[in-house]
Amino acid sequence: MAEAVIEIRKLTKSFGDLHVLRGVDLDLFKGENLVVLGKSGTGKSVLIKIIVGLLTQDEGTLKVFGKEVSTLSNKELLDLRLKIGFSFQNSALYDSMSVRDNLDFPLIRNVKSLSKAQRDKKIEMVLESVGLSQAINQMPSELSGGQRKRIGIARTLILEPEIMLYDEPTAGLDPITCKDINDLINQVRDEYRTSSIVITHDLTCAKDTGDRVAVLLDGQFGAVGTFEEVFKEASEERIQAFYDYNFITK
Amino acid sequence: MAKIKVEEKDHLISKKVDKFFLDLANVFRFIKRFFVEVFVPPYEFQEVLRQCYQIGVKSLPLLSLTGFIVGIVFTNQSRPSLSEFGAESWLPALIAIAIVRAMGPLVTALIAAGKVGSSIGAEIASMKVSEQIDAMEVSATNPFKFLVVTRVLAATFMIPILVMYVDFVALMGAFVNVNQNESVSLIAFFVQVFDSLTFLDVTSSIVKSLIFGFTIGIVGCYKGYHSSKGTEGVGKAANAAVVAAMFLIFIEELLSLQIVNFIRGV
Ligand SMILES: Nc1ncnc2c1ncn2[C@@H]1O[C@H](COP(=O)(O)OP(=O)(O)OP(=O)(O)O)[C@@H](O)[C@H]1O
Ligand SMILES: [Mg+2]
Repeated sequence: MAEAVIEIRKLTKSFGDLHVLRGVDLDLFKGENLVVLGKSGTGKSVLIKIIVGLLTQDEGTLKVFGKEVSTLSNKELLDLRLKIGFSFQNSALYDSMSVRDNLDFPLIRNVKSLSKAQRDKKIEMVLESVGLSQAINQMPSELSGGQRKRIGIARTLILEPEIMLYDEPTAGLDPITCKDINDLINQVRDEYRTSSIVITHDLTCAKDTGDRVAVLLDGQFGAVGTFEEVFKEASEERIQAFYDYNFITK
Repeated sequence: MAKIKVEEKDHLISKKVDKFFLDLANVFRFIKRFFVEVFVPPYEFQEVLRQCYQIGVKSLPLLSLTGFIVGIVFTNQSRPSLSEFGAESWLPALIAIAIVRAMGPLVTALIAAGKVGSSIGAEIASMKVSEQIDAMEVSATNPFKFLVVTRVLAATFMIPILVMYVDFVALMGAFVNVNQNESVSLIAFFVQVFDSLTFLDVTSSIVKSLIFGFTIGIVGCYKGYHSSKGTEGVGKAANAAVVAAMFLIFIEELLSLQIVNFIRGV
């Protein structure tokens, strides 16, 4: 297999008495899309927040590009975060700024070499890739949930990260927009050779985008493999239930 | 038995006292971080200007009205006591001293605490709740610098300017009342005003206003930045920002009175 860009070993995280992650082992390889499935509240968002250093694990190791995240200095953490794109579950757009300024915000602060015209060009390009060129001058409050989600993804893509972390990119979207987003996730992988973790409840999304699928059960990964491996041979009842409820057939 | 003892020992003095001192430590850490980050580049000049506009210009209508009314009312209420001694002619001097030394800064700071402090607290808290602060952090920008440093600087610079403006408006209000009752001209009124004021009056008022501004900014930002999650946290942060800022402003007023009296040698 290719080299691992993220290596997680025996990672645990609790909030008080709530043991969310209980010994997570996971690798993300270069250029793959890894889909993480799991019931609501199993700690999927917590896991990727630990990867970018928004939260710190209690025990275990988490290496990104070979470096343990929890021991990085501030400067190193900033450098690392430049290489990681994080698209939030609730989009987290800056609601005092227009769409253009939202996209300009990371660009103007991190890529100092670009002129105003170059930045504008780049903003137009990413907006086009998420299919929202017309929204450039709107405020986040004027956008629909799905549009916000796509702008949120555009804002992380604009820095051309090497790792993308998508937190439920298709939640609450219609099937056609879902397909557009899935295509976008694949297109990002193919064009920039980005490695991505895609958190989702949506098995269509998992099937379309996932090179590998991992299912989080009780704070550990219950099954990891290709979509077929995980679901066709699912011995674990709860994994099977996931499949059945999504496609209703059996 | 043994287990109960362990549970009792999870605080030092009592839970509430512990929490108070922990909060205090956090506040000092927050202030220290401000003074470190304010000097470290990159600087967010544009955002500081935008905040100055928000804080300064947006508070003008309310402050104009309040300042003017305070000037009129205070003059009107002071007249009887002075006229008992036949000393109405001292009215401009008395008003000037009262307004510049105490009322101008206090009225401005309290109104700004209500208007500016609450909006800073609510805005930052809602950014925290909706993960916008996390979003800044993961896009490798420093949210403290962009949100906190800019707002505290803007409040610190704008409050003294607003105080001078309120002083002026209040004195105009006072003039309107004096002019009606004692028919003193505008020039004569302001000559008397400036004669009565000392250098110490003006400088101490400015220094005090700088501190008030800093207090309003830092308290609003702290309460917002440390708000609890959820929409309830937003309201609480706004409320706590106003209450804490007002309380601190009165304490600072009292302290500055002592210090200025000491300098004046009273
Ligand atoms: N900052 C925090 N403080 C305390 N508890 C937290 C915090 N963040 C998450 N939790 C708890 O951790 C658990 C896992 O949360 P998380 O957001 O990771 O779930 P999730 O798997 O992403 O669920 P969903 O699919 O609904 O988004 C939840 O029970 C939540 O209450
Ligand atoms: Mg989640």
